[in-house]
Amino acid sequence: MSDISTREELIQGNKDLKTITDDVFNPIVAKPNKFWFAGLLLAASAALIGVISIVLTVWKGIGIWGVNKTIGWGWGITNFVWWVGIGHAGTFISAILLLFRQKWRTSINRSAEAMTIFAVICAGLFPLIHMGRLLLGFFILPYPNTRDVWVNFNSPLLWDVFAITTYLLVSLVFWYVGLIPDLGTVRDRMKTKFKKAFYRLLSFGWTGSAKHWQRFEIVSFTLAGLAAPLVLSVHTIVSFDFATSVIPGWHTTIFPPYFVAGAIFSGFAMVLTLMIVARKTMNLQDYITINHIELMNKIIILTGSIVGIAYLTELFIAWYSGVEYELFAFVNRATGPYWWAYWIMMTCNVVSPQLFWFKKLRRSIWFTFLMSIVINVGMWFERFVIIVTSLHRDYLPSSWEMYKPTIIEVLIFVGTLGIFFTLFLLFVRFFPVIAMAEVKTTIKNK
Amino acid sequence: MTKYWKSLDGNSIQNKKEKVEKKSSTNRRDFLKTFGFGLASTFILSRCENAAHKAIPYLIKPEEVTPSIANYYTSSFFDGDKFNSILVKVLDGRPIKIEGNDLSSISLGATNSITQASILSLYDDTRYRKPKVNGEDSDWGTIDKQIIDQLKKAKEEKGKIAIVSPTIISPSTKKVIADFIKEYPTTEHITYNAISVSGLLDANKESFGKRIIPNYKFDKAKIIVGINADFLGTWLSPVEYTKQYVQNRQVSEDNREMSLHIQVESGMSLTGSNADERIIINPSEEQNLVANLYNYIANKVGEEEITASKPTMKITELGNDLLKNKGKSLVVCGTNNKETQLIVNGINQLLENYGKTISFNQALLTKQADDLEMADFIKNIDSYKGIIFYDCNPVYDYPAKEKLTNAIKNIELSISFSAIPDETSEIVKYVCPAHNYLEAWNDFNPKEGIYTLSQPCIHPIFDTRREQESFLKWAGIEQEYYQIIKQNWKSAVYSKTNLAFDFENFWIKSLQDGIIELESNSSEPKYKNDLSAIKITEPKSELELHIYESVHIGSGKHANNPWLQELPDPVSKVTWDNYAAISPFLSKEKSLKTGDVIIISGTMEIPVLVQPGQAKNTISIALGYGRTVAGKSGKDVGTDVYQLIKTDGYKEYSTDITIEKTKVFKELATTQLHDSMEGRDIVRETTLDKYKEKPSAGNERHKEIEKHHNTLYQEYVYEGHHWGMAVDLNACTGCNSCVAACSIENNVPIVGKEEVKRAHEMHWMRIDRYYAGDPENPEVIRQPVMCQHCGNAPCENVCPVGATNHSAEGINQMAYNRCIGTRYCNNNCPYKVRRFNWFDYNKSDALEGNLYDPHGMTKDLPRMVLNPDVTVRAKGVIEKCSFCVQRIQEKKLKAKMENRALQDGEILTACQQTCPANAIVFGDLNDKNSKVSKLFEQQRRYHLLEELHTLPTVGYLTKVRNKKGKKSNNKDHQKHA
Repeated sequence: MSDISTREELIQGNKDLKTITDDVFNPIVAKPNKFWFAGLLLAASAALIGVISIVLTVWKGIGIWGVNKTIGWGWGITNFVWWVGIGHAGTFISAILLLFRQKWRTSINRSAEAMTIFAVICAGLFPLIHMGRLLLGFFILPYPNTRDVWVNFNSPLLWDVFAITTYLLVSLVFWYVGLIPDLGTVRDRMKTKFKKAFYRLLSFGWTGSAKHWQRFEIVSFTLAGLAAPLVLSVHTIVSFDFATSVIPGWHTTIFPPYFVAGAIFSGFAMVLTLMIVARKTMNLQDYITINHIELMNKIIILTGSIVGIAYLTELFIAWYSGVEYELFAFVNRATGPYWWAYWIMMTCNVVSPQLFWFKKLRRSIWFTFLMSIVINVGMWFERFVIIVTSLHRDYLPSSWEMYKPTIIEVLIFVGTLGIFFTLFLLFVRFFPVIAMAEVKTTIKNK
Repeated sequence: MTKYWKSLDGNSIQNKKEKVEKKSSTNRRDFLKTFGFGLASTFILSRCENAAHKAIPYLIKPEEVTPSIANYYTSSFFDGDKFNSILVKVLDGRPIKIEGNDLSSISLGATNSITQASILSLYDDTRYRKPKVNGEDSDWGTIDKQIIDQLKKAKEEKGKIAIVSPTIISPSTKKVIADFIKEYPTTEHITYNAISVSGLLDANKESFGKRIIPNYKFDKAKIIVGINADFLGTWLSPVEYTKQYVQNRQVSEDNREMSLHIQVESGMSLTGSNADERIIINPSEEQNLVANLYNYIANKVGEEEITASKPTMKITELGNDLLKNKGKSLVVCGTNNKETQLIVNGINQLLENYGKTISFNQALLTKQADDLEMADFIKNIDSYKGIIFYDCNPVYDYPAKEKLTNAIKNIELSISFSAIPDETSEIVKYVCPAHNYLEAWNDFNPKEGIYTLSQPCIHPIFDTRREQESFLKWAGIEQEYYQIIKQNWKSAVYSKTNLAFDFENFWIKSLQDGIIELESNSSEPKYKNDLSAIKITEPKSELELHIYESVHIGSGKHANNPWLQELPDPVSKVTWDNYAAISPFLSKEKSLKTGDVIIISGTMEIPVLVQPGQAKNTISIALGYGRTVAGKSGKDVGTDVYQLIKTDGYKEYSTDITIEKTKVFKELATTQLHDSMEGRDIVRETTLDKYKEKPSAGNERHKEIEKHHNTLYQEYVYEGHHWGMAVDLNACTGCNSCVAACSIENNVPIVGKEEVKRAHEMHWMRIDRYYAGDPENPEVIRQPVMCQHCGNAPCENVCPVGATNHSAEGINQMAYNRCIGTRYCNNNCPYKVRRFNWFDYNKSDALEGNLYDPHGMTKDLPRMVLNPDVTVRAKGVIEKCSFCVQRIQEKKLKAKMENRALQDGEILTACQQTCPANAIVFGDLNDKNSKVSKLFEQQRRYHLLEELHTLPTVGYLTKVRNKKGKKSNNKDHQKHA
């Protein structure tokens, strides 16, 4: 990546320190517009429907889902992997790009990180609710108990528990540490007593002293150092759920890098979706500029191409290995009863990102927005294809079955979208969406 | 404020105050403590009490009953159609399982699925609780008085009374009926069999002077030709025949011979699917084929031929094969056409089979009814004053529904003994419910010279009475039926034995053994026959209907048994329905696909199933479905085809039909959707010729794969026992008895049709069925699959909580309590044998109001059938085959208590015990002399998907087909089929 100084200004509109603070602070105190309320209402309703569906599942049993004797995991785990994938962009942007000193990240890292946390929360829901006995789900934690039973450390599902909780905790702390200086600013500017007290509590007594800044920097870098390997490890471990199994189509050593690339790919797409909407509705065009969007699109080409190569490698290895089950699994993906899912995946993930080689398209906001949606659809199908098509026709043809989700599974997915957007809308309303303190470091002092 | 004192004793106030203060200061706390403690304990105790069920311990323990230790009582199962000599497992006073009686030459320890599942009929919630008059509950006093009055009236008026029953094989019952007829001389006893063999009986009468079913000896035959006779599934005595059949089918390195089985049939039957060769005919071609076969053989042995038109297919091959094995061949035919059966008798006579593979010693007595007698009765039914229906349901299973219904409604005295509501008992005036067979004494004479008993295993659950008692009561005979049986046995059975002990000891021995086989050496009857008068019917070219008996539902009597309904059909794998089986050819021609509903002859709607191996111009439909009066599990399941059986003369189970397409689609609940093995190395097979040369034929890969078995880890050494199982694919016929037995033994829940459609069935074992070759006449491949108990199990290492793990004896075990239901184990199981509890099937969930029990299996009565040695599983946990670990533990403990080593063969898994084909052998692999170890040494042994290095402890033995090397022969049959 080229030197930042040779590029255009990161933010536009000739901002000075005060205007930046104004721009970020004002939405927090201003009365939100009706779109925000409408959005919140919609998202919260969806979340409510999702919660009802979850309660029904726990009460009635997994039988109200479409999974069956052959296909044990369906939409539930598809959604889990999809959400975890989305949850990769935030930490990638804030940790890895921080370590690489990519200043452009400052405009987007705050909301990207928030998105990460919300996505991981949604992801974490699925392994829980897909359990047959959620109420005994705590068995999965290695806690001391009188029964002298211990968890099975051989199981990738257990690794998942550690990987995801660690990731969630570190991301949350990292995000929060980053928020502290800005929360201090918000506290100082807040007029009403209650709100002031609220932000005072949250800002941990930040004064902006040199000592504070010094500690802030140390903590930020330490956390970034911690978080960076996590970005790679989480999806690696999620991919182990599949890679360590014996099911053709799952048992693939390429999965870790391929999953990580796919995760960043889908995460950036989701960041783009949210940013494009947010910059427009919250008047942040000066901060999240077309340059940012283009830079993200470049990462999408990179990760999308890695994913594409991974797909092709998989196919090649399936043939080259000479394992009939493996070869069948991949031929079945492309030509079996779920061919349409495979070809949606191929089109959305392999073909469409290549269009970003055209600078014009890369810098078109509408096209980028469309692509961000297409990529996330494609990435959802990738997980669906991996999970369902591998399971539905595995070793013994006598057990081959078809899988179709029930309305409950669909509503739970809609519900997590609802939870995600509810949290995000609340975030943009109550927290500074742009890391003011960090953005300020990128402009020349006026 | 001034304080006034009340008495001179000022201390008293002081004291009082102190007391009060003292009291109150501690009182409040005490109160709260006590209150809190009380509330908590009341709450807890009340919860405890709610959860506990009342159990009253024995004040005086009965001698034989030890709680939680099972007793086995001998008994007999006879449903008017098939007989089985059985053992009933009674635990804490409840019969909970049926096994075959290994002392009986009829069952040899095995049962079929119907016998297995019949235990549930005892706990059928729809059973009549008490006698009924005109549909109203009544009591025995009232009902007896009314019936006796009516009987007397009929007697005076010389009005005819009929007892309608299936064939009665109980000598004592016959005696009781005879006594009844003596009292009411106008009574006639009319018998009919829902699935009739009248033609066969009458043919034998004509050929041999004996109206009897001979004793077929499939074990003595080197070549077996079955003509529309499903002798492994439904024909006459399938368990016995399967036991015989597999004796010549199980090859080993020491015995490399096996019989040749050729099946000639219209629909793909269980037997046909096991045949080495199948010849497909339309029902109308049957007689022509049989006649030409007769002629071919007659010609070769220099006997006179009969007049018949040219054969519709080549039969030279078949004829030559039979001629090569004179006296060692067996031709059986399932038709109810007397002429055809006469010719078949002729063929067997020409082949000198009588006295060798067919004997009239120990002839089968289970079906003796005469179609003409019943047809006559129906014709004159209006002339009867009274009808007593004994153990039969002709309104459903006799093709004269309307006539019978009207007659019964008009008749003054109509009585049914049915224990559960059926089509007949619903319209009769008096319902005198009989005991379930497990509640009553009875005796049976299933074969000549073979006598068995059935004894009560439980006190009658409801206010019912055995039929014989009713007859005796009405005839005014004051004697218990039990005493009659005993007397009868003394005179009829005991007298024929030359035993050195007295009758009481004989009686006890009979009860303990459950069966008495008398020696009989009567000479074979002489064959006399004139076939020249037979006019052979010409084959037709129209669409024909072939009506057959289904393996699990049978005549429909057991249609209300959800265990049977949920058992997949051995061939089509369809549950909870019958269907019109059509050939792939017809499917293309009429553009019909599985699930499309057609209308047959303008009267009945039925979904289609495209059945490979079906005759091109024939549609096959199973009997026993479409019950209109039955409990929830049997009512309106499938379509009734009894009404299409023609009854002028012998019942005809095939007829011409027309079909009409509709736009309706009805999804069949199938447990297997994919029929092809996809060229995978799943079932390894070879031909007999190749096997003779090299016992590892077809199994070459096994050694290759074993060579590559490597591991980085230290291999686990099983000290003590190492349980293993061998499944002989050459023996397994796919009858599903094991699946039934497994489900019953292990409390496997019933999920119902809708859930089977959603692939949520729970069976712990299944019999996979694949087709290979030409879809019009395919080869069928079967494989029983249960948990393979892998030594290197993929399911075990993926369970996050370690709920599934390996025992020191090599069993892959499930800790249900630990399972949280991630289903990861099931996903990672290459054999897909794990089953997940999708709903709360057993009323065992922590949450309430979410029971999923479509067939009322959790009601108090059906619940009694549960095996207390096996946990019922809660919603959300995975379950699977445990190698019947409860049985292993039981026998291990027994051996330990008796301070001896466990014997090989002592532990029988449920599937193994009930298998009529001896296909499953369980035992200790560490014991080099055990049967299973010996089978594992066979070069036929391989493991399913062994290339995955899962190291299963279930081994399969390759399938060996007695196929001829010459391809052209096969083609001949296919071309003409």
